[in-house]
Amino acid sequence: MLNLQKHDKTLMIIVAVLVLFAPFILNPFPTGSAMAQFNAGYPDLMQRFVIFGIFAVGFNILFGLTGYLSFGHAAFLGVGSYSAVWMFKLLSMNVIPAILLSVVISGLFALLIGFVSLRRSGIYFSILTLAFAQMSFNLAYSVLTPITNGETGLQLTLDDPRILGVSATADGGIPVTSLFGLEMRSTYEMIVGPWTFQFNAGYYLCGIILLAAFYLSLRIFRSPFGMMLRAVKSNQTRLNYTGLNPKPYTLAAFVISGMYAGLAGGLMASMDPLAGAERMQWTASGEVVLMTILGGAGTLIGPVLGAGFIKYFENIFSKINDSILHSWFSFLPDGIEDAVVFLIHPFIGKGWHLTLGILFMLVVIFLPGGLVEGGQRIKKWVSGGKNKADDKAPKTEPAE
Amino acid sequence: MGILDVKDVGKRFGGLQALGNVNLSVAENSVHAIIGPNGAGKSTLLNCLVGKLVPDTGSVMFDGQSVLGRSPHEINQMGISRVFQTPEIFGDLTVMENMMIPVFAKRDGAFRMHAIENMMAERDIVETAEKMLVDMNMAEKRHMHAASMSRGDKRRLEIGMCLAQEPRLLLLDEPTAGMARADTNNTIDLLKQIKDERDITIAIIEHDMHVVFSLAERITVLAQGTPLVEDTPENIKGHPKVREAYLGEAA
Amino acid sequence: MDAIILQILNGLDKGSAYALIALGLTLIFGTLGVVNFAHGALFMIGAFCAVTLSKILNLSFETVDETKLDFLGNPAKIKTPYVESWFGPEVGATIIDWAVPLAILFSIPIMIAIGFIMERGLIKHFYKRPHADQILVTFGLAIVLQEIIKYFYGANPIPTGAPEVFKGSYDFGVLLGFDPNAIIYPYWRLVYFGFSALIIGGVFAFLQFTTFGMVVRAGMADRETVGLLGINIDKRFTIMFGIAAAVAGLAGVMYAPINSPNYHMGMDFLVLSFVVVVVGGMGSLPGAVLAGFLLGILESFASMNEVKSLIPGIDQIIIYLVAIIILLTRPRGLMGRKGVMED
Repeated sequence: MLNLQKHDKTLMIIVAVLVLFAPFILNPFPTGSAMAQFNAGYPDLMQRFVIFGIFAVGFNILFGLTGYLSFGHAAFLGVGSYSAVWMFKLLSMNVIPAILLSVVISGLFALLIGFVSLRRSGIYFSILTLAFAQMSFNLAYSVLTPITNGETGLQLTLDDPRILGVSATADGGIPVTSLFGLEMRSTYEMIVGPWTFQFNAGYYLCGIILLAAFYLSLRIFRSPFGMMLRAVKSNQTRLNYTGLNPKPYTLAAFVISGMYAGLAGGLMASMDPLAGAERMQWTASGEVVLMTILGGAGTLIGPVLGAGFIKYFENIFSKINDSILHSWFSFLPDGIEDAVVFLIHPFIGKGWHLTLGILFMLVVIFLPGGLVEGGQRIKKWVSGGKNKADDKAPKTEPAE
Repeated sequence: MGILDVKDVGKRFGGLQALGNVNLSVAENSVHAIIGPNGAGKSTLLNCLVGKLVPDTGSVMFDGQSVLGRSPHEINQMGISRVFQTPEIFGDLTVMENMMIPVFAKRDGAFRMHAIENMMAERDIVETAEKMLVDMNMAEKRHMHAASMSRGDKRRLEIGMCLAQEPRLLLLDEPTAGMARADTNNTIDLLKQIKDERDITIAIIEHDMHVVFSLAERITVLAQGTPLVEDTPENIKGHPKVREAYLGEAA
Repeated sequence: MDAIILQILNGLDKGSAYALIALGLTLIFGTLGVVNFAHGALFMIGAFCAVTLSKILNLSFETVDETKLDFLGNPAKIKTPYVESWFGPEVGATIIDWAVPLAILFSIPIMIAIGFIMERGLIKHFYKRPHADQILVTFGLAIVLQEIIKYFYGANPIPTGAPEVFKGSYDFGVLLGFDPNAIIYPYWRLVYFGFSALIIGGVFAFLQFTTFGMVVRAGMADRETVGLLGINIDKRFTIMFGIAAAVAGLAGVMYAPINSPNYHMGMDFLVLSFVVVVVGGMGSLPGAVLAGFLLGILESFASMNEVKSLIPGIDQIIIYLVAIIILLTRPRGLMGRKGVMED
């Protein structure tokens, strides 16, 4: 038991170190060097890492624990974004009320959709959530234009009636989001030799919230509630005949994961105060499914890894072009160089989605536990035969 | 008045009268067996008792309260636990977790949100579950995945999970179906032990006459959806109507 | 009255596409028990078969015509498609004009081959895995297929015309005794509807009247029993997958002139087709067809101005709304059997 807590503590510390030192970890290459394009330590991208991390951690509470596959979770993210932008327009540019409202509204929305969708399970549940999300998306584009501003997306304007704050700054610009005066966009640059490290206020706000969100999910996984959710996935019949009602448990999980999605949406809007309907489209829901599965559904750290992995490679892969490839393979004879570049070409740049699709299929086919399972297998393989006895050792906790 | 009173229960599926006017009374702290040939309506009757099916006519009273119209988990919370023909356990969970869930259900009811507490920090739950594992002779298996156990162990675990809720009535649906002789005898011994050590009523549906006659104090014979006779095992053995309808097949 | 007839007609072509895709989805689900999220991609590949054939037929060589000058004063270059030089200008032009109908022949072997490869190479390994895994792996495959198409054909829609003779519209108003121009309906949509009806009829006849179909139907009803009879059901199911792929592909080929093919059309139709399958009843072939037409027609009714002014936005959500109501009140759909995938 102590071991267990120690294990979780280690996990928590790993995530904390990753988040707090990300500006260093993601910037290993000196600015201006040939490898600098693989740096990911700039504010915009780092914010996306942690925001999608929160989204995936929340999705995992539903899918990883209960096995209910929602194909409509982006709707909650979208609702969170809209709520936050409205808060900026009407109340104040402080991010706290905006984030709170986005969590509350998306929670209520999830309660409504979850209450209806959870009356069915399996593929029917997936289709119901998909239908609700597509409905929200279509409505956001059409009749809800007064609230969502349709195709243009909801943005701040110079005549927003901001109750606590000004409509426009002294120099006539739109005010920026802040945390009690600390602007989200403010960035401190630290120059160490050839390296430039960027510390962005918005990123650290998101990062600390991710840590809180991760900690909460860790507690949920280890709680009686988490155990009941795993029991829902394992055998609903037995749960029923043990005097437990699976519905409120799954609904609670659905609402919690919806609130996580809303939180992610609120943070997105806090970093960049605009919200568009495309955030609610089912392909966006598909993306969080990809992240969770790729990292390892039902594991604690998997979704965070999956989100980071997908967002990192999305950015990096799409930046690689043919001339970069040529410079890499220039050591090869010309003909072979061209052939190699020709073969790799479809998978880079705009072809990133192709790579992602293939990768995702490979994971589902060969590595159902995702990156986490991959890591475990490598660990086992490295430690080799010497602790074969470990296989028989008590497995304290199925969800790592 | 027994602890479970079934009055005039009838159930029809389309053109088939699965149950017609079943009357049955199970006395408190007894072992009551329900036997009958295939298609006699034993499973339908059982499903009517636990809330999976709602009978078309009649009433089912448990301890003076009607169970009709209640969902399975509500009926379970009234004090009826059910053991299935093929063991229904939480295969993805560890044996210990399997045992903790009914203890939680006993203490907290059908739903309670405790999402922040560490489940292992609930001392009373852990102790009760551990004690039950010791009672079931499974303490050393507590960290195993339930799905990886043998069929006999799964059955043991399932019975243990039901007992952990301290039910007043334990329903068993052919608990030895598909078991080898040794496992069957183990299960009989386990049930005998439960009967001797606990304040519990047991109702058992069974095909295996060996099991029925080693355990039951009263037997109801069901044929074509209606009870034929209800009597002690000794009298049932010699009853001509029973021989004709049921034992006759084997004789 | 004329407005109602017009809306019914308008719903038919979309309904036909829904019905054809849903039919294929149901065939695969009913026989193999697999939830195939890549089925929309097959529809899309079908449409691109039409694009490809039209591109192939338009392959040209250049000749220099000394008698004419282009705007720079150089001798004009004239492109002549090979087809025209082989078969003469008139026959050649007709062949090019008929590229889409010709693509039917071109696409059938391609689609069947793709279906076989998909089933043998991937789906086969997922029969025993949970439905969630099947959804996920076919979802991944759908992404891969659409990205491959995007790589070769680009992201923009590619206009692909119907043959010249079908380009006009038919005036149903006159036929039915209403004012002229009250009910105008493009010929090609009529063709599409007729073609769909033909394929649907063909699939049903095939299942009803051939031995192969009988075995497949028995397999759909109870897979294990047929397995016990010693019939090689798996091989037949592979063939069934090929047929389902061909049906989706043909639906796509003929749809090309209605909506210019683009790489994400498969996903767009897939979501709706799943809704159609669920409404019709998981595993029910007549249900899939019925629901396809029903939802297509409902959708076009909802987009009437009279309806839209009554309930704003209804045209955007009608299909989903119907699906939600059906799922909640009658989970097995309009014509589904009880208990299919309700676990």
